Amino acid sequence: MAEFLNERRMSLAIALALLAVPLMAEWLGNSFYTTLATRAAILALAGVGLNIALGSGGLISLGHAAFFGIGGYAVGIIASHHQAYEPLMTWPLTIAATNQMPVLWLVAILASGLAALMIGALSLRTSGVYFIMITLAFAQMIYYFAVSWPAYGGQDGLSIYVRDGFPGLNTLRPLDFFLLCYAVLMVVLALVRMISGARFGAMLEAVRQNPARVAALGLSPFRIRLVAFVLSGMVTGLAGALYADLNRFVSPSMLSWHMSGEIMVFVILGGAGRLFGPVAGACIYVLFEHVFGGVSDYWQFFLGALLLGVVLFARGGLIGLAAGRARHD
Amino acid sequence: MALLRVRNLEAFYGASQALFGVDLEVGEGEVVALMGRNGMGKTTTIRAITRMLRSSRGEVRFAGRDLAPLPSFRAARLGIGLVPEGRRCFGPLNVRENLTAAARPGAWTLNRVVGLFPRLGERMGQQALTLSGGEQQMLAIGRALMTNPRLLILDEATEGLAPVVRREIWAAIGELKRDGQSILVVDKAFRELRDLADRCVILARGRSEWTGRPGDITEAIETSLLGV
Repeated sequence: MAEFLNERRMSLAIALALLAVPLMAEWLGNSFYTTLATRAAILALAGVGLNIALGSGGLISLGHAAFFGIGGYAVGIIASHHQAYEPLMTWPLTIAATNQMPVLWLVAILASGLAALMIGALSLRTSGVYFIMITLAFAQMIYYFAVSWPAYGGQDGLSIYVRDGFPGLNTLRPLDFFLLCYAVLMVVLALVRMISGARFGAMLEAVRQNPARVAALGLSPFRIRLVAFVLSGMVTGLAGALYADLNRFVSPSMLSWHMSGEIMVFVILGGAGRLFGPVAGACIYVLFEHVFGGVSDYWQFFLGALLLGVVLFARGGLIGLAAGRARHD
Repeated sequence: MALLRVRNLEAFYGASQALFGVDLEVGEGEVVALMGRNGMGKTTTIRAITRMLRSSRGEVRFAGRDLAPLPSFRAARLGIGLVPEGRRCFGPLNVRENLTAAARPGAWTLNRVVGLFPRLGERMGQQALTLSGGEQQMLAIGRALMTNPRLLILDEATEGLAPVVRREIWAAIGELKRDGQSILVVDKAFRELRDLADRCVILARGRSEWTGRPGDITEAIETSLLGV
């Protein structure tokens, strides 16, 4: 119990630190660090999504870039229509394009959720290394589709000339956009915590442990995993939508398997199955990228060394190292 | 009509055949004991009934429905509650989560389970893996009851437990019987089964060798089929 409280305290410290950096930066008049913190918050959100499948469900997906990219492209495609003053579609019914984030997020969540439903329905029939490979294969299919789709930029991607808006905020100001992304991250974390404490969380944990036993009690392990996978894809898709607006650019690289790997690194580095694990992991990642990236082009060498250390010596990730074992270790 | 009807059940582990013709019936409100020496196919029979072992031939009907084409979670949803051998609670989950995760509405609620096993009430917030063996067994029975099964299947429910705990478990099973719960029970505790069961089915080498009332088990049957 003491360790659990310790984890809560650590989570709180991470949340406050992530909030403090941009506030300090703005006070010092250097909004570069605000953008860096925004990037960390968005990547953390992508990791929080994967953590639902990987950490809680034990589903090692190497295809989450698909959902990240689909969320990004949902925003990019609608924005490209909006900035050309043309409707999104005219047949069978006319749908106008928009630059309002709440609508864009909803589209991104639904699109990535639908993709997760289809990919999950097929890949969850396998397990272990086959599951890893089939999720990777689906993501690569979508990647190559995006590369060869000239209507929306193909290999060159799509630019979003003006960042999309949010009612009551000036999203062009870095601090406003950061606070928006941070709020989204916190709301999603609260929801994830609520779900994992509820009956569904118990079912998912039970399925991870012993699917046959869960089936003997009358629950379908496949359906429980599918729901978790869809939720996971939706959250990562929402992160992709924010990422598109952060960079004001989407490209097939958001869909590439490097991206899937990076998201997985956030989760494993920070601590799979720990609520704030992906947040810690993404913050460390962005920090390394910034600090060592300025010193050497080979900054990922240092990240690799850290990851190796975590995998070998701290199986609960950085959160586990500091706060002790999770209850399911 | 029997609640559970098994006719000429054969089952396979890969190429090797484990069951060669098991017949058994459990009526509504009846307690049937499935007996036999180790390795005679008791657990395999249970696994085939619950469809956890899918390669089988023969008839398995529950409440008139053929279970053969169903995945195991569908068979369970029809009203078969299994208490597996070796307990197998969900260790990281606490007692309450273990009980409620798969619960289905019906007469069995959290309060009623606690009424049957007061010790679980004291341990609600505790992780299942920290419970004693006896408490885990109570939890496994409670977890199955929370699905409100029409048929409760107990596989070696008292194996490896201290005598005082075994008595507690047998008392609880007796209480379930008085409530009219249909039960299929696998155990080696011959004396307790004799007092509890309405009927016994004895397996030998994957076949039903003997079926009858527990009072009719003669010494000859005991030595040849049960080896006690």
